[in-house]
Amino acid sequence: MADIAAQVPFSGADRRSSLHKLMQRKSTIAFLMALPLILLIGVLVAYPAGYAVYLAMLNKGMTRFVGLSNFGFLFGRDTFWMVVYQSCLFAISAVIFKALIGFVVAHFVHNIPAKGQRKWRGMLLVPWVIPPAMSTLAWLWLFDPSYSAFNWILAHFGIDRIPWTGEASWARFSIILVNIWVGAPFFMIMYLAALKSVPEQLYEAAAIDGATWWQRIWYVTLPMMRNIIAITALFSLIVTFANFDIVRVLTAGGPLNSTHLFATWAFRVGIESGDIPLGATVSLFMVPILAIAATFILRDITKRGSEV
Amino acid sequence: MSKTSLTRRSFTAAASAAAVAAPFVRGAHAAGKLTMGLWDHWVPGANKVSEALIREWADKEKVEVTIDYITSQSNKLLLTMAAEAQAKSGHDIMAMSTWYPARYAEQLVPVNDIVEPLIKQNGAVNATVEYLGKVGGKWLGVPATIGSQMKGPCSRLDLMKELAGLDMKEMYPVGAPPKADNWTLDTFLKAAEACHKGGHAFGIGLGNTSDSVDTAGAIFHSFGAQLVNAKGDITVKSDPVRKALDYGKRLAAFLPEDAPAWDDASNNKWLVSGKGALIMNPPSAWAVAKRDAPKVAEQCWHHGFPAGPNGRFGPFLPFFWTTWNFSKNQSAAKSLLAALSQPPAVEKLVAASGGYDLPSFANLTTLKTWAEEEPPKGTLYHYPNPYNHQTLSIAAAPAPHKIAEQIYTQGIHTQMIVRHLKGEVMEKTLDWASAEIEGFMRN
Repeated sequence: MADIAAQVPFSGADRRSSLHKLMQRKSTIAFLMALPLILLIGVLVAYPAGYAVYLAMLNKGMTRFVGLSNFGFLFGRDTFWMVVYQSCLFAISAVIFKALIGFVVAHFVHNIPAKGQRKWRGMLLVPWVIPPAMSTLAWLWLFDPSYSAFNWILAHFGIDRIPWTGEASWARFSIILVNIWVGAPFFMIMYLAALKSVPEQLYEAAAIDGATWWQRIWYVTLPMMRNIIAITALFSLIVTFANFDIVRVLTAGGPLNSTHLFATWAFRVGIESGDIPLGATVSLFMVPILAIAATFILRDITKRGSEV
Repeated sequence: MSKTSLTRRSFTAAASAAAVAAPFVRGAHAAGKLTMGLWDHWVPGANKVSEALIREWADKEKVEVTIDYITSQSNKLLLTMAAEAQAKSGHDIMAMSTWYPARYAEQLVPVNDIVEPLIKQNGAVNATVEYLGKVGGKWLGVPATIGSQMKGPCSRLDLMKELAGLDMKEMYPVGAPPKADNWTLDTFLKAAEACHKGGHAFGIGLGNTSDSVDTAGAIFHSFGAQLVNAKGDITVKSDPVRKALDYGKRLAAFLPEDAPAWDDASNNKWLVSGKGALIMNPPSAWAVAKRDAPKVAEQCWHHGFPAGPNGRFGPFLPFFWTTWNFSKNQSAAKSLLAALSQPPAVEKLVAASGGYDLPSFANLTTLKTWAEEEPPKGTLYHYPNPYNHQTLSIAAAPAPHKIAEQIYTQGIHTQMIVRHLKGEVMEKTLDWASAEIEGFMRN
């Protein structure tokens, strides 16, 4: 009898009922709610990324499939290794300084009485809120090769002019400085939020134990902010590595290619010089580096989630 | 009483029958639609003149034309054409400068049927226009008046006379051929040194942008120095290149210290601020000076490039009007491009640009605009090279286009000069340039 029942096809009512059950599952609802975002990511992220991989495997004339030979070609180019070095130098040094400045400023703001704190927070966020392409234009005028406002001030103190964008080392310093200026407020606001969530009792207990200021920072604040510091630093590393606008506006990669990052060099090679496959290949070199950073972020988020 | 109800099916059938039976009505835009992506001119009012010419043609031909003026600022024009080439969809007519017709050669409609009659009508085009616009015997675009420019010297008459003892107006008189046999690269170097000492250095950039590369390219041509020859062989390690590089280094010593960081705006600012005795630029810097620094503008004189051992070469950057092969109205596009290249239309376009735009055809280099523009009167007389006093050239020519384009956009000429200037041994600089160019050879 059971065998016979199993062979009876599902009736329409059964199908409706199983669909009803499927729709009631939490995972189904979650999937449906996330579907618009998944589609958006598919169209705006996955498709371009896949297309970039496809382009990177074509010859210069985009008429032939060449496999991974574009990647091999880049390994033999000195300029490519210079760009790798510059991208790492730019991203790592900028993130370290942004984190340090953000940490210090967050403490200052945290110690401002609540009444006046909001306006300070607002003002300090301004560099982060202005589109970088616009704010970098202002920096371009400050660093202008011939009419630098900074040099004008230095001249008043009898200090010789500085080639802000004319010498490789100064140009690298300039783009890192602007990136720090733009990005430090993000760290500040994240760290400030983290600081506000540290229970006051921990500091009181530390004070009773006779902890110094440094010991309170080292043994209370930093461990409590560990997750947010890691996430913020890694997130910023990704964004800084992929930076385009600051370098493009300020130095356009010069002088002598000494400030090119992956993104700006990919643009120079791919769009300006007409070698789109090689440009796509350059930009794809960011992927493994950023994937490692993303893995750390995801691992940290998971760890943090399980702690909660 | 019969009652008929109109169903969806019967309505569709009736509508289709009516459409088929309707007589052909020649409407206002019966010859179809045409879209154009033109270079957005920086001269106020210049776009209006080109638009009026296009509208006049459109009304006559019953074509509905849409014009998009696309700026070249921030590479917007370049990005638009790259996107259209990838998408195989976009404007019917696209303005492309210098290297881009050759880059997109396989996607452009040959226009020999327009250009060859225009050459017969308006005179020959210079060798640079032919090198950039004609590939494998096919003209890829019609040499455009709008945006085509020369990047020769724009000197300050007073400073050149006072500091270098050179009377540029006498060398390049209005209404007469140049008397500039003495205007050589040696004279130029001496003048650069004198003006540098006098606190008014020549404003020539050594960056990677077009103005810097064009000047360096013209100097290299003046020595007969080719980085890659027409066959595609790397010829960096040659005596002419060594001589050109040595000259570049000696000249760079008298340029502003920050010249390696200059972009295409830096030289304009250098002239307008009154700091510079000479820049290499089309008359745009002078036009800005007319507005912002009239005293400077009154002393500006546009003239030919100094001659080197291999001859006199002036940088010329032409624009082309091209038609994509995916254009849906190619016949209308060709008709319009022919109309825009007629002498009366060219004359209007040149006048609207204040003399900035240069037609590429030999018979159209003596229009009255260049003789009349002021101050000082006649400052633009020699700008269009009316006496063929110099060979119009572009940096990196005669290399095959796909190699030359990369040499040009990556500023190999200026990078070589800066490297050598900073103390790198010449042979090492040549090794570096060879290695870079070798990387451009891939297919």
